[in-house]
Amino acid sequence: MMDKVRATEARRRAALNGIADRWAALPPWQRLIGVAAFIAFLYYLPLLGIPGLTWLRTDSIDGGNSWAGVLFTCAIYVLVAIGLNVVVGLAGLLDLGYIGFFAIGAYSVALFGSTNSPVVKWMQRTFDLEPTWAVAWAICIPLAIALSLTSGVILGWPTLRLRGDYLAIVTLGFGEIIRIVARNLTGVTNGAAGISAIPGPEGAPSADNKIFGLQDLKPWYWLAITVVLLMVFAVRRLENSRVGRSWLAIREDEDAAAVMGVNGFKFKLWAFAIGAALGGLSGFLFASRNAFIDPSQFNATLSILFVAMVVVGGSGNMVGVAFGAVLLAYLPERFRFVSDYRWVAFGFAMVVVMVLRPQGLIPSRRRARELQDRAKEAKVSV
Amino acid sequence: MNFDELFGHFGQHTVDGLSKGAIYALIALGYTLVYGVLRLINFAHSEVFVVGTFAVLGAWTAFGLQDNPGAGQAILFLLIGLVAAAVASGGTALALERIAYKPLRKRNAPPLVFLITAIGLSLVLVEILGLLLPRLVGGVFPTLFGRERQIVGMPTLIEQKALITIGDTAITNVQAIVFVSALLMMAALDWFINRTRYGRGVRAVAQNPETAALMGVNQDRVIMLIFVLGGVMAGAAALLWSVRFGFTQSSLGFVLGLKAFTAAVLGGIGNLRGALLGGLFLGLVEVYAATLYTSAWEDVVAFVVLIVVLMFRPTGLLGESLGRARA
Amino acid sequence: MSETSSTEAREPSIPRQPGARRTLLEVDQVVLRFGGVVALNDVSFQIHEGEILGLIGPNGAGKTTTFNVMTGVFKPTSGQVRFDGARVSGRKPPEISRMGISRTFQNIRLFPEMTALENVMVGTDSRHKTSVPGALFRLYRVRPKPEELPQVTSDVPLLRIWQQVRRTCAQIFGLSRHILEERAAEKKSLELLQFVGIEGRANEVARNLPYGDQRRLEIARALATEPKLLCLDEPAAGFNPAEKEQLLTLIRQIRDRGHTVLLIEHDMRLVMGVTDRVVVLEFGTKIADGSPDEVSRDPRVIAAYLGESVDAA
Repeated sequence: MMDKVRATEARRRAALNGIADRWAALPPWQRLIGVAAFIAFLYYLPLLGIPGLTWLRTDSIDGGNSWAGVLFTCAIYVLVAIGLNVVVGLAGLLDLGYIGFFAIGAYSVALFGSTNSPVVKWMQRTFDLEPTWAVAWAICIPLAIALSLTSGVILGWPTLRLRGDYLAIVTLGFGEIIRIVARNLTGVTNGAAGISAIPGPEGAPSADNKIFGLQDLKPWYWLAITVVLLMVFAVRRLENSRVGRSWLAIREDEDAAAVMGVNGFKFKLWAFAIGAALGGLSGFLFASRNAFIDPSQFNATLSILFVAMVVVGGSGNMVGVAFGAVLLAYLPERFRFVSDYRWVAFGFAMVVVMVLRPQGLIPSRRRARELQDRAKEAKVSV
Repeated sequence: MNFDELFGHFGQHTVDGLSKGAIYALIALGYTLVYGVLRLINFAHSEVFVVGTFAVLGAWTAFGLQDNPGAGQAILFLLIGLVAAAVASGGTALALERIAYKPLRKRNAPPLVFLITAIGLSLVLVEILGLLLPRLVGGVFPTLFGRERQIVGMPTLIEQKALITIGDTAITNVQAIVFVSALLMMAALDWFINRTRYGRGVRAVAQNPETAALMGVNQDRVIMLIFVLGGVMAGAAALLWSVRFGFTQSSLGFVLGLKAFTAAVLGGIGNLRGALLGGLFLGLVEVYAATLYTSAWEDVVAFVVLIVVLMFRPTGLLGESLGRARA
Repeated sequence: MSETSSTEAREPSIPRQPGARRTLLEVDQVVLRFGGVVALNDVSFQIHEGEILGLIGPNGAGKTTTFNVMTGVFKPTSGQVRFDGARVSGRKPPEISRMGISRTFQNIRLFPEMTALENVMVGTDSRHKTSVPGALFRLYRVRPKPEELPQVTSDVPLLRIWQQVRRTCAQIFGLSRHILEERAAEKKSLELLQFVGIEGRANEVARNLPYGDQRRLEIARALATEPKLLCLDEPAAGFNPAEKEQLLTLIRQIRDRGHTVLLIEHDMRLVMGVTDRVVVLEFGTKIADGSPDEVSRDPRVIAAYLGESVDAA
């Protein structure tokens, strides 16, 4: 019987053509080589010097930002998109307050890792520590993940029972609350003045740092892309498991899923918590590299941009959302010469993509099929 | 916590809160109308409001309004402002529907796509207002802080004066105008939806689009109508905002829109009277909270209230449904 | 799929001996009111283990309502539903599923964007335990049975060594529960798809399946939760006579696999052909309960169905 399954599968592949199908039809070892080559290319990117491709570099234009720096931003956004995709694309929960988790991750390393933070100063006074003491960067990683994950659970516990649109607006409110709290709690977060001297892997930022310095941003990009690859691997494991199936089932028909024994609340909470943890991790990396954060960096516009990355790229498909993230982080940097008008153009582009290609630029296969069918239904019913 | 201040001047804070809430309520109507019929959060509605404030400013500037005109002129300028804002906001709302939402509806796109489109439109409108408009009209607008994206000041139409004083509670003329006009606009809308033929069409589509279509209701026209109505209400809110606060800003919409949406959800989204109740409630809570703590915390309080209300009464204070708005 | 696996982990089929069986589900004096409307009025009946019970009645008689009370969607105003001696009412749907009740829906409710195989696997998942940490870190190890160990099959020496290493590792450290559960889920799901006759469409998205296959897929998905009681809500709706005949065979096979079946059906002939016993509802009240022959001779049943014409249904 397995042969029969394979045979139909082969027929299906033959009937369709497209990059994804050809890719899926390749023997495993060829795919392995392909993936390895792509990963190698990702690591090579900051050194990009292939003639004909150098125009991609953002520093190829006047006043362009450091190419490695832009790549780092892209990697951070890809991480955000992958996390948000778990929530929005897989579990079907519309979270407009993702920036809140990003901010919590960023503030975790700022508050505990920087010698300038009121929290560290308080600890120094209370426990009689040296003025240079702060929580080590490496310890801030689990701290950031734990704090953002916990906040995801705390937000999700009461709100995940709400209907979709209400969830959207409550999460949007949550993102704003985090920002306002960070701005107002001057005694803890320095308020609008922000926190500086946020550490990196080599400790507080200084000119002596050999690898993770302020000038050469390539190591930062390599660090970020490593984290991204690890998280892609982890999320793929979840996607192709009982957990991923439960998420999809909840997204498709929550009542039917419940009758089939899927504990909807539990898995929605997991999706929310995992999304929050990934958001926190990306915020952590962002703050480490930036070395300075203040509340205005975490406004709701950015939160909405995050959702846009997922939906424009192709909700539910990791390749799609990563592509969307790169696009939305990269385009405004590369096309700086339109400077003031780039956000108008960006908004227009979002609308055009959504009107012409609602399933996103690189749709998940299943999703695309659904939309085509819906369009057919619509035509019939008119 | 400053309880002395809150209870010492409770009446005053209540009056302030109500007049603030009335503006929220007017904007909330736009969300509620569209949601009630289409089950869609029109995220760009906040920008419809901002367009209205700019239209008011433009009209006043064009007709040469100076600070503190006489009573007759003030009424004239109120009317000019209302027409300008209603046309601009209603037109913008209608344009949003025609350009973006209608094509999506024809394709049966999922709700998320509508939301992202609305966000994109929002972005475009904000940028056009903040960036392009000042360049296009070149220096017509008097800005408070030189740079074009900053707050734009408006002439004072009506000087704030205490109109009625009860004890130590003073109701200013501006507050009275804002509150009464908002109530009048809402009463008119309520009458329109519940008592006219057009309104019946709206309620029919809200309750059951398929049956309504079978009964010969033109769904497309109803949808256009609700966008225009919501836009006009936002225009009215824009006028009242201009009278009350005397400034505008291209990025004004986001937080205000969020509050108005909160108000709509609080009252029960899709329910017209709920929007009024939610708006007033939110205005009061905010003013009380700002008194108790500092005004920096009022936004937080607004959202916390939203979360708490949704947890205990997920359909809002009055329940949802445009069709049953008479209840 | 081989013949041996189809009966694996299942009780042997129970011989048909009415009267001697124990009660699996008991609907005990259930009353359900919606405001002033009495939807169910003092309905009582039992389902015995291993039988096929038909629940019939004219439109609006309360069949689906009874069904919803049994599966925990509605809570009865008074009376209760017991399954295997435990109370059903008041429990959440996933819990009821774990107790051993599963169902299909009158208007098909598959997961439209998932493949047929994935749809069934969601059902098998309800008997599995792997959650996020298990799927992510795979630290929970289980000692595999000999046939579950990785096989050394390759002829290429290098690959052969690699396979041997994996086999040895699995022998020493065991395999993660996640892997074993995934394999079991896939195997069982394929077997169930074959059982309902749509294994050739395993990798097709549910939305694209023809109508009849969607109905079959729903049955496979419900069976995947290993129910003691399978409730079918008008499974023959929209079927032609030939398809109905196939469905009858399938229902009998389901019973022979050891499941008790509750069949809600409008089509009298279908019900008479396959059920051991029939309960008839009218206006929320039970009017008959007995063998198909008895029931079809019952004057009240005939009266109830007269308006609808028995054979046209």
